Amino acid sequence: MSTTITEKVRAGLSKRYAREKRFRAYGLISISLSLMFLVLLMFNIFSKGLPAFTSTYIKLDVTLDAQTLGVTPASTPEQLRVANYSGVIQAGVQNLVPGVEDRKQKKALKSLVSGDAQYDLQRMVVADPKLIGSNQTVWVLADDDIDMFQKGYVDRNAPEADRRIKDFQLVWLDKLEAENRIERKFNTTFFTRGDSREPEQAGILSALMGSVYTMSLTLLFAFPLGVMAAIYLEEFAPKNNFFVDFIEVNINNLAAVPSIIFGLLGLAIFIQVFGMPRSSPLIGSFVLTLMILPTIIIASRAALKSVPPSIREAALGVGASKTQSVFHHVVPLAMPGILTGTIIGMAHAVGESAPLLMIGMVAFIVDVPHGITDPATILPVQIYLWADSPERAFTERTSAAIIILLAFMITMNLLAIVLRKQFERRW
Amino acid sequence: MNTAAATPQTHKPAAGGREEFAHDITGTVGRPFLEGKNTKFFCRGVNVFYTGDKQAIYDVSVDIGRNEVIAMIGPSGCGKSTFLRCLNRMNDTIAGCRVTGEINLDGEDIHAKEQDPVLLRARVGMVFQKPNPFPKSIYDNVAYGPRLHGLAANRAELDDIVEQSLTKAGLFKEVKDRLQTPGTGLSGGQQQRLCIARTIAVSPEVILMDEPTSALDPIATATIEELIDELRQSFTICIVTHSMQQAARISQRTAYFHLGKLVEVNDTKTVFTNPQHQLTENYITGRFG
Repeated sequence: MSTTITEKVRAGLSKRYAREKRFRAYGLISISLSLMFLVLLMFNIFSKGLPAFTSTYIKLDVTLDAQTLGVTPASTPEQLRVANYSGVIQAGVQNLVPGVEDRKQKKALKSLVSGDAQYDLQRMVVADPKLIGSNQTVWVLADDDIDMFQKGYVDRNAPEADRRIKDFQLVWLDKLEAENRIERKFNTTFFTRGDSREPEQAGILSALMGSVYTMSLTLLFAFPLGVMAAIYLEEFAPKNNFFVDFIEVNINNLAAVPSIIFGLLGLAIFIQVFGMPRSSPLIGSFVLTLMILPTIIIASRAALKSVPPSIREAALGVGASKTQSVFHHVVPLAMPGILTGTIIGMAHAVGESAPLLMIGMVAFIVDVPHGITDPATILPVQIYLWADSPERAFTERTSAAIIILLAFMITMNLLAIVLRKQFERRW
Repeated sequence: MNTAAATPQTHKPAAGGREEFAHDITGTVGRPFLEGKNTKFFCRGVNVFYTGDKQAIYDVSVDIGRNEVIAMIGPSGCGKSTFLRCLNRMNDTIAGCRVTGEINLDGEDIHAKEQDPVLLRARVGMVFQKPNPFPKSIYDNVAYGPRLHGLAANRAELDDIVEQSLTKAGLFKEVKDRLQTPGTGLSGGQQQRLCIARTIAVSPEVILMDEPTSALDPIATATIEELIDELRQSFTICIVTHSMQQAARISQRTAYFHLGKLVEVNDTKTVFTNPQHQLTENYITGRFG
């Protein structure tokens, strides 16, 4: 008898092992596939984005003579601020390549350096008026076309009509190169400025600060609201109550609502009805809070539910009240799960752009926001805006902005994970 | 005693429906009442319903005496745990559970409006089937109750309560050097004694124990049984158990439950040597259950 059973089991064994092996192979294949795509994506983003962290600078010899500037060292700071710095820069640029007479070429020569260069001079002079009258050597930002050429995005051998750098400019650039007057340096502009129409002057700081404000506020609103709602619904709300069931169904449905709907809601309620300042991180965080609340509530409830009932009973058994048993024991034990839900929600929010388009956070923001009611934009929207811009130089800035967004997200999640580790206990 | 007690009813083991057994049990036989002497718990006509009018306990009337150990035995699902949980209103925490009837603790109705369930549970502590220490240190486990109720004025007093409770629970010697290590790191038997220490730390008058040794090995069980015998000096103990030997060893009185009804209550010796109801006899002789 037993031999036949052994035989039967043995006959099925090889099949069973084959199935297990197959299953493991499927897992390996899917993991390597997803890993491959991830590596591809990262490679693409980083290879495109990293060059944006450097920028081309041109060395100019400028004469800060009082006559061109129209000011003297004794002038007031206001006068110094509005002096003719562009004239000085122009003179400096003309010195780079002497003897250009053609009108078109003259114009091209002027636009060799960024329009931003005069402000560098302005800052220098306002800080130290004694410089007026002296000769200075300054490194100024090159125009984005020059930058792109220096980074190798322009093919020298292409027909002249097909490239933005013409033959005569090539001659200038070779000359500058030979004189060591052109160089790629770390791009501080990118980290210290807001958006700009000129790619070489465009920076990420306003969007980054917008994201920091918006996310901090979102966390501030969504975490307590979501966790409290979850605790009430899971621990205190009457069971089998029509109203409570209705709320539950709606929370689950809200988790599946397209995010742009939340943007419309924000527009209709917060801006139209309450008249709150549009484009502000405050409204943005309200909208994102509404959007991620269902995620946080659902995850928190699952975490609360998974706390063994024996812990609640133990607390009640020694005479803790319901609230005490929940806050002394259940919530701390559920905290890792609650934080996981919050991480998922926040990661969702940080990459969200659609709802914020509706409330005006898609605006062109040059100034870095200094408060929660200042107009601001956020990283994903900035990426969207730059990706939409025609200039070649914005392509690399788009990728660079994605890198910043990823770094922002990773920092945020890392903090949350460290926090979660603190709460993790075994029972 | 009533007539049913004198002539044990013949019980035909039927196919097992609630209704078929129900008419066999006309009332509790034996000696359920203590006539007011030393009564701690006074229960009359206790019914418990779960959601959907499913009745778990039918008309249970019994007295529980001061400083006695009363064992509740009976087959699985007979309502003994449910009845135990009535005594500290633990059933309140179950959604849809309803308790009717009268339960008095020292003459006070525990269901009275002015009776606070939190205060009641401080007076009537509970030890559960599965050891359920909090995922905190041993010290914090025991100190939780006293802290909650503000029983210690300062750290030294709290230390004192913790030490005494652990000593009473027979655990102090084993853990005195690692009071700050997690309570969940102890062995099963130690965890259960930790739970007992946690319960007695708030100095309750009654301790309810719901199968406290069912998850433990015989050695740990013996330790806890000894402990129960010592605790009897200062507490009233109600213990639910599946082990009839355990009931016989540790209790003064035994109550036999069957399908939600209290069939027989008597001195433990009488129940095990001379059961008055056929169902009790069938159970203790192992014919079913």
